[in-house]
Amino acid sequence: MPQLSRDTRHAISFTLNGKATSGHAEPRMLLSDFLVHELGMTSVHVGCEHGVCGACTLRIDGTVSRACLTFAVQVDGKRVDTVESLSPEEGGLSDLQKSFRRNHGLQCGYCTPGILMSLDAYLEENPKPSEAELRDMLSGHLCRCTGYVNIVRAVMEHVGNSP
Amino acid sequence: MKPSPFDYIRAASVLEALHGLAAAGDDARILAGGLSLVPMLNFRLVEPSVLIDISGIADLDYIRQDDGIVEIGAAARQSALERWDGIADRLPLVHAAFPHIGHYQTRSRGTVCGSVAHSDPSSELPLCLATLGGEVVLRSAAGERRVAAKDFQTGMLTTSKRGDELVSAVRFPAAAPGSGYAFAEMAQRRGDFAIVALAAAASADRIRLGVGGVADRPAVREWEALEGDALDDALNAFAWDLGGYDDVHASARYRRELVRRLGRNVIEEARSCRS
Ligand SMILES: Cc1cc2nc3c(=O)[nH]c(=O)nc-3n(C[C@@H](O)[C@H](O)[C@H](O)COP(=O)(O)OP(=O)(O)OC[C@H]3O[C@@H](n4cnc5c(N)ncnc54)[C@H](O)[C@@H]3O)c2cc1C
Ligand code: FES
Ligand code: FES
Repeated sequence: MPQLSRDTRHAISFTLNGKATSGHAEPRMLLSDFLVHELGMTSVHVGCEHGVCGACTLRIDGTVSRACLTFAVQVDGKRVDTVESLSPEEGGLSDLQKSFRRNHGLQCGYCTPGILMSLDAYLEENPKPSEAELRDMLSGHLCRCTGYVNIVRAVMEHVGNSP
Repeated sequence: MKPSPFDYIRAASVLEALHGLAAAGDDARILAGGLSLVPMLNFRLVEPSVLIDISGIADLDYIRQDDGIVEIGAAARQSALERWDGIADRLPLVHAAFPHIGHYQTRSRGTVCGSVAHSDPSSELPLCLATLGGEVVLRSAAGERRVAAKDFQTGMLTTSKRGDELVSAVRFPAAAPGSGYAFAEMAQRRGDFAIVALAAAASADRIRLGVGGVADRPAVREWEALEGDALDDALNAFAWDLGGYDDVHASARYRRELVRRLGRNVIEEARSCRS
């Protein structure tokens, strides 16, 4: 691949939630800024821009990633999935999302898309986590509203483990 | 909170990465998982002119065993090592350290070599590498050399790596028969950087203890198998020699106490699980 120069907006194309997508970005443009400001993906939330809060978490080729620590040019040719990818084809919410709603697993909802995307990957690897395992995994996200109790409850109900 | 402008190279091969480094030298930075580099870019603590992205180089994405060594290539993610089927058996110390290394969401992209190259004094992987007496493999357009972990990290976020060199792999000695290993850490919360981290390796007649988070790099000391008061005295001397400091997280005195107490615990645990 040639060297992408700093002053130019480079063409990038990738698959976003199953759809072919393209745009232009300077090398230094963060993936989070690209998705929000260039593509209007307001589900990608930015809290800290240094990898700590987890609000911007999404999946790149399946791998859980912080969008704020990734450059848009890095996803050229890749698959990016945000919370919209979780909706079933007929629309509406996934079962996990419904469990979040039933259990009041969110208040302001700022942390929620990131947490759901982490869970999307994590539950593929570990479909029935214990509460301790789940809490350990959630340590990669900050939620300032719920105190995590209802988030844990929502996930445990969804996976069929009582907390 | 946005990086300064830089050129970007997505290296398709090791040679491409080495050419990029040779051309740009100290002005270039390798981008691996980005978990430590991109925060520094966002804060403008570093302003390189070129980023060379090695995360997609397939030749560097490996974990291999040979001759009692586990070698991990520069594109291998921490999560790949965590899930490697030999981890508990061949690298029990690293296995014990894993739950303390950041979070599920950082291990998924952060690389093993990136952690060693970054050389944060509180990082667990460089501490394990130093305690086990591992090596860092450095490559440049001029050739390859290996540096012992103890000579690689030279201070806070500084190493003996030259600007034109790539950390192409790190080499961990695998568990020795008859030895036991243990890891302990004190942090504000699980996943935070260590206030003090301790790694111990015990054989029939020797004990080795590595301490991270106190000095500006991992410190390792080895003794003949000491017991009782003699062990306490040795740990006390080590704790003072580390020259701990006061900061917002902990006082130097608290750090020394952690080295004494947790040091004793990990040594006993390592002895008790000698195979
Ligand atoms: C919220 C959060 C919590 C964290 N907690 C911990 C923790 O508890 N313990 C811990 O140890 N780490 C922690 N980290 C950092 C860890 O996740 C990083 O993965 C690691 O420090 C760097 O690996 P990387 O692959 O992301 O490297 P990068 O961020 O891409 O690079 C880091 C530095 O190393 C250089 N570099 C990387 N690879 C190479 C190479 N192959 N050759 C030459 N130079 C190279 C880069 O140029 C850069 O200077 C945390 C990070 C975050 C965001
Ligand atoms: S905005 Fe990306 S982790 Fe906080
Ligand atoms: S619901 Fe408000 S931050 Fe989590």
